[in-house]
Amino acid sequence: MRNIIAIFWREYKSYYVSPIAYVVIGVFLILVSNRFIYKFNDFVQMSFMATAQAVNTQSLIPKFSINDSVIRYVFQNIRNISLFLLPMITMRLFAEERRTGTLELLLTSPLTIIQLVLGKFLAAFALFLTMVIPTVSFSFYLFTYGNPDLGPILTSYAGIILYGSAIISVGLLISSLTENQIIAGALTFGAFLFLWIIGRVGETTVTIWGKLANYLSITAHYESFAMGIVNSRDVVFYLSLTFIGLFLTYQVIYSLRWR
Amino acid sequence: MIQVDNLSKRYGNFMAVDNISFNLRKGEILGFLGPNGAGKTTTMRIIAGYLSATQGTVKVSGYDIYDHPQKVKRNIGYLPELPPLYHEMRVRDYLNFCGRIKGLKSGRVRRKRLQYVIEHCSLGEVQKLHIHKLSRGYRQRVGLAQALIHNPPILILDEPSAGLDPHQIIGVRQFIRQLAGEQSILLSTHILPEASLTCDRVLIIDRGKILAGDTTEKLTGKLKGCDMVRVLLHGGPEDIFQRIKAFPGVLEVSEQKSPDRKKDDPRSFEISYELGKNRRGELARALVETGAELLELRPKAMTLEEIFIKITSKGH
Repeated sequence: MRNIIAIFWREYKSYYVSPIAYVVIGVFLILVSNRFIYKFNDFVQMSFMATAQAVNTQSLIPKFSINDSVIRYVFQNIRNISLFLLPMITMRLFAEERRTGTLELLLTSPLTIIQLVLGKFLAAFALFLTMVIPTVSFSFYLFTYGNPDLGPILTSYAGIILYGSAIISVGLLISSLTENQIIAGALTFGAFLFLWIIGRVGETTVTIWGKLANYLSITAHYESFAMGIVNSRDVVFYLSLTFIGLFLTYQVIYSLRWR
Repeated sequence: MIQVDNLSKRYGNFMAVDNISFNLRKGEILGFLGPNGAGKTTTMRIIAGYLSATQGTVKVSGYDIYDHPQKVKRNIGYLPELPPLYHEMRVRDYLNFCGRIKGLKSGRVRRKRLQYVIEHCSLGEVQKLHIHKLSRGYRQRVGLAQALIHNPPILILDEPSAGLDPHQIIGVRQFIRQLAGEQSILLSTHILPEASLTCDRVLIIDRGKILAGDTTEKLTGKLKGCDMVRVLLHGGPEDIFQRIKAFPGVLEVSEQKSPDRKKDDPRSFEISYELGKNRRGELARALVETGAELLELRPKAMTLEEIFIKITSKGH
């Protein structure tokens, strides 16, 4: 445990020393809050107009769900933007150590490879959480001025966290495969896009392949979280993807000895 | 402390290390001497647990490196060829991190060791600097500090003086010599004088094979099969050259002649004679008995450089 914490802290701090953390978090928050403000504005305008129209025509004032039109949309953005930014967080994890030779230090220290892999995974995961946590303020804002449903917000966060851990473990695996950060970054990005797009394929076909594609899609499993449903199938999917990623990373690092 | 038996490492079709066996005794400095690509680094990496061997066993302090990797790693301080540094960290933080992952659990012990290595590797004035700002020499010393931080009984140093300036090399050498005794050290180098200056014992390794291994003095003798002295004589009979040649055990005599030598000046000879106990004393007595004044008698050892070239060129 001590060893995991030591690896974790060094890795997490190094995100802030090289400006990766500031850049990634900054870009993420600018993009996400931009979408939030835009959508929120839209929502206010739309409900104003609808209300005004209803008053004019003396009909019933319609009710709009802020959950459906703003919150879901914002979470979709958090999901998609992090898909683009997470490769920047994960690509260096092992590739950098392999290139500079510091992996030699870690592998000749009395650490187990499991501790090493977990420490690194947790560091990237913690940075992901640091990136997502400020978006909680959007909900405060909505609760102050509106009356949204709390349930879907909580499940959406749960979904985002599971989704993030799955993606980070895949990124970690790819980073362990190469000494070159750029290659790691490009492959990770490609893999994420593949896992995303495969869901689109799954939506349009109804064959067994379509079902399989839909099952593999990393975004399709997120949908029910967004609607406030925690489906064990989806939780299992994300957790097993995380586990597989970490397990294969362990295998890759272990096999480095046998070159 | 380290016992290596029939160790081999194959990369594809290339035998990097070919069936070598040796041991490192307690408190000694063992030098690994060989040209680049001889298999020094590979052997060290296997002992340190970074690479696996194709064949053979390695035991460190009695533990097999495959069965008890954690115990073995705790006993070894390893400095790779390229010091494994996190360039974005400060020297002190880096060493602290190394202490943590090398099993120094208590903060008090870690601070004490930190103080010790910073002092002994003369890192005091740079301890707050980021590593990427350090010169090559300082980086090497931070690497050495990293290997020492958990006070391991065994040190494995891969080219510890590479990239240092002459002053620093002397400093590192003295430091290594100081450590010997408490620590057993295996170091590699391709610089010959370094091996003869720092090491108690030298293993000459080329193309994955150990070609020779012994103390530097014995290596010299073994190779030549004879000893050589230089003598400076004054006076004595005219045919002294022939007289020397006729001494029992003398193999070869040559006179160093200089053109501006006057008749009365001392003459200098190089004499090779068979190895044997007290041969040199007998030779000195015989020289004096010829009636000449023996002004100087200096044993001439083959330098490690000559040995090295002789051994490594044998097989080619």
